[in-house]
Amino acid sequence: MDFNLTPEEETFRDEVRSFIQEHLSPEARKDPDLMANWLKSVREKRWVGFNWPPEYGGGGGGIMEQVILKEEMSKAGAPPLGTSMMGLQWVGPAIIEYGTEEQKKQFLPDILDSKYQWCTGYSEPGSGSDLASLQCKAVRDGDEYVVNGQKIWTSGASYSKWIILLTRTDSSAEDKHEGITCLLVEMDSPGVEVRPIKNMAGSSHFAEVFFDNVRVPVKNLLGEEGKGWAVTVSALAHERSGISEVAGLISQLAQVVELAKRTQRNGRPASEHPGIRRRLAKADAMIEGMRLNGQRFLTKQLKGEKLSSETSINKLHRAFLAIEFGELALEIQGSASQYTSRPDDEDDDDLGRWASGALGWPAVVIGGGTPNIQRNIIAERILGLPKD
Amino acid sequence: MNFGLTEEQEVLRSVTRRFLDERAPMATVREIMESPDALDEKLWTGMAELGWLGLIIDEDHGGAGLGWVDLVVLLEETGRGLLPSPLISTSLAAAAISEFGTDAQKQRYLPSLADGSAIGTLAVLEESDIVGPDGIALSGNPDDGGYRLSGTKRFVHDAVAATVFIVPFLAGGKEITLGIVEANAEGVTPKSYATMDETKRMADVAFDNVLVSSDAILTGDGTAALARMLDLAAVAVTAEMVGAMDKDLEITSQYAKDRVQFDQPIGKYQGVKHPLAEMYVDVETSRSLLYYAAWCVQEQPESLPLAAARAKAYASESFVRIGIDGVQLHGAIGFTAEYDIQLYLKRSKWALPAFGDADHHYGRVASLGGY
Ligand SMILES: Cc1cc2nc3c(=O)[nH]c(=O)nc-3n(C[C@H](O)[C@H](O)[C@H](O)COP(=O)(O)OP(=O)(O)OC[C@H]3O[C@@H](n4cnc5c(N)ncnc54)[C@H](O)[C@@H]3O)c2cc1C
Repeated sequence: MDFNLTPEEETFRDEVRSFIQEHLSPEARKDPDLMANWLKSVREKRWVGFNWPPEYGGGGGGIMEQVILKEEMSKAGAPPLGTSMMGLQWVGPAIIEYGTEEQKKQFLPDILDSKYQWCTGYSEPGSGSDLASLQCKAVRDGDEYVVNGQKIWTSGASYSKWIILLTRTDSSAEDKHEGITCLLVEMDSPGVEVRPIKNMAGSSHFAEVFFDNVRVPVKNLLGEEGKGWAVTVSALAHERSGISEVAGLISQLAQVVELAKRTQRNGRPASEHPGIRRRLAKADAMIEGMRLNGQRFLTKQLKGEKLSSETSINKLHRAFLAIEFGELALEIQGSASQYTSRPDDEDDDDLGRWASGALGWPAVVIGGGTPNIQRNIIAERILGLPKD
Repeated sequence: MNFGLTEEQEVLRSVTRRFLDERAPMATVREIMESPDALDEKLWTGMAELGWLGLIIDEDHGGAGLGWVDLVVLLEETGRGLLPSPLISTSLAAAAISEFGTDAQKQRYLPSLADGSAIGTLAVLEESDIVGPDGIALSGNPDDGGYRLSGTKRFVHDAVAATVFIVPFLAGGKEITLGIVEANAEGVTPKSYATMDETKRMADVAFDNVLVSSDAILTGDGTAALARMLDLAAVAVTAEMVGAMDKDLEITSQYAKDRVQFDQPIGKYQGVKHPLAEMYVDVETSRSLLYYAAWCVQEQPESLPLAAARAKAYASESFVRIGIDGVQLHGAIGFTAEYDIQLYLKRSKWALPAFGDADHHYGRVASLGGY
């Protein structure tokens, strides 16, 4: 057991830190071109797609280096290492694993260069947790697939150039996981229609996407026809040990603690109320538990073992905390939590800031597989209980 | 970065588990816990022979010279098996003397703690039940370079079996000081109570003008030494908790696979499987917090207070719920004296207040975190 970095790892960490100091100085942060400059310089460092193979523009970084890079970036509150979020997170990795040479050349550099956004067309009105029941249909017609059907909850659909789409090419298969085909589809193809959906926090981040006789060239088939489930599973397996998100949680907790210190409740700072203190401390211990769980998972990866269902542990913690932070902040604020904005007063930072957390948690809690699904995964795959 | 056990630690774990399976299966645990002093001499000697009692005592003083991560591996196993023994208490006394003792004190006590002929324990709590310096009110009146203690220590683990007490007191009514008191010294009287968890014995200890001579006083700043000992104690208890929680989960998962109602194994129902999944989450998270704290003991002592507080707080809270859910998911059989799961619930009751409950340690997390 050893929680220290090796000398080489420390050298790399110092390199990241001095890069951040240089490129994110207080002056640099005020520069209107900050984002463009930043993206260019991290790209030159090959820190975008740091774990992707070098032949496709990736950095070829090891697991530990990736963790150090992400942790330092997150601690410094640095801008993201690229803006093609889903492209970097799972579309790219899926193309690396299943794509043709032509697809790799076409898509990977664009993702690394943050050229455009990808969106993910998995969920349908009738297929959420039970994703494999999906019905959106694709029929082969010569050199093309013809797609008909509907997707829903598609994040970023209205500003994405491409969608990674799960379709059904064979409905006769007995196992619903068979006969699913993964297609890469351009969002401006004729027959694609996007209808944004407003969520309870007031924004329209996700949308319904309709496909009406959309023609997709066969060269945009990812993996084999009928074997799209494997592509999805592997894309989801690219989730990491979750260490990098811990730095973000630590900073969220620090913000709630600060709120509690400066907010008076019953004549003294909310941070002095035993009930509030205990909830803050519990969140602290849970985040530290997540960090250390992540290090255990990382140790497994470093030994060359694959992660499996144990990552559901941190997803459950993550879901708990997403709700807890919002609830804690509102309770600390009391009645003031109800005011979300005041047009002629821009100075009060607390106005509305916490409401968005308290209304925004479903993105974390429901978006990546609901808590009940995580519990099923742990109970069935780890504890060996019968499937329901 | 390596969050894994060494090969030697894995061997220690499997040897320990095998020894306990053979020498202290549940039937034996029940016999020991029903005996008057809950101490099995033969088993204790066997543990000494395996080097467990002196695990963290250096080799020059008859120990194995291993570290706290090793001790935690061992304690996880004794926790799994609910082994009734003063192993935690005697290890803590050994740690106190190893870290704060003079050479003479080490020579006098460590070899006999390692070979099992002496049994040590910490005697910290008093009437106030406050875990920490504020709880120390026992006054030592100066006498010939030493002190004379009069008063009572309460809830002392393994007090009847112990031959050596590590006793924090207020020297001259002021400075916290740690003294070594032998059980057969004049004026020391343990007063034993029956305990909710019969595998863990505790007693009050009355001190009536008991002499702590100048050569029985531990060195260094007593307040800091007490804080350090309480952190070590929190880690040790958490280790046994994690082992016990893990076994509780194992027993209950197995039952959920075997027990059939409405023509299905009950483990098929989400009302059963989801609490089991939550138990798993809490066991593993407690374990991560525990191992980091154990690593900090020697490698990063400045991080220990926060690491130990987080681990003890989170694990205590988890174990209480796991103890209750373990019984509840069994139905009526879980309520019977004959079935073992209830012993784990009782263990969770012992572990909660032991060296600070969840509320106490969450409070420390908050204070150490600056809020
Ligand atoms: C903010 C946000 C962004 C999203 N972005 C995308 C996206 O970009 N692309 C995309 O494809 N999808 C996206 N989703 C959809 C998301 O993947 C689904 O919402 C999720 O898989 C759950 O499906 P559902 O909403 O249909 O709920 P359902 O599956 O209908 O579940 C409803 C409730 O029933 C429970 N439940 C379901 N099955 C079981 C079971 N077997 N056992 C116990 N309980 C069960 C669930 O836990 C839940 O509480 C997004 C969702 C959100 C909230």
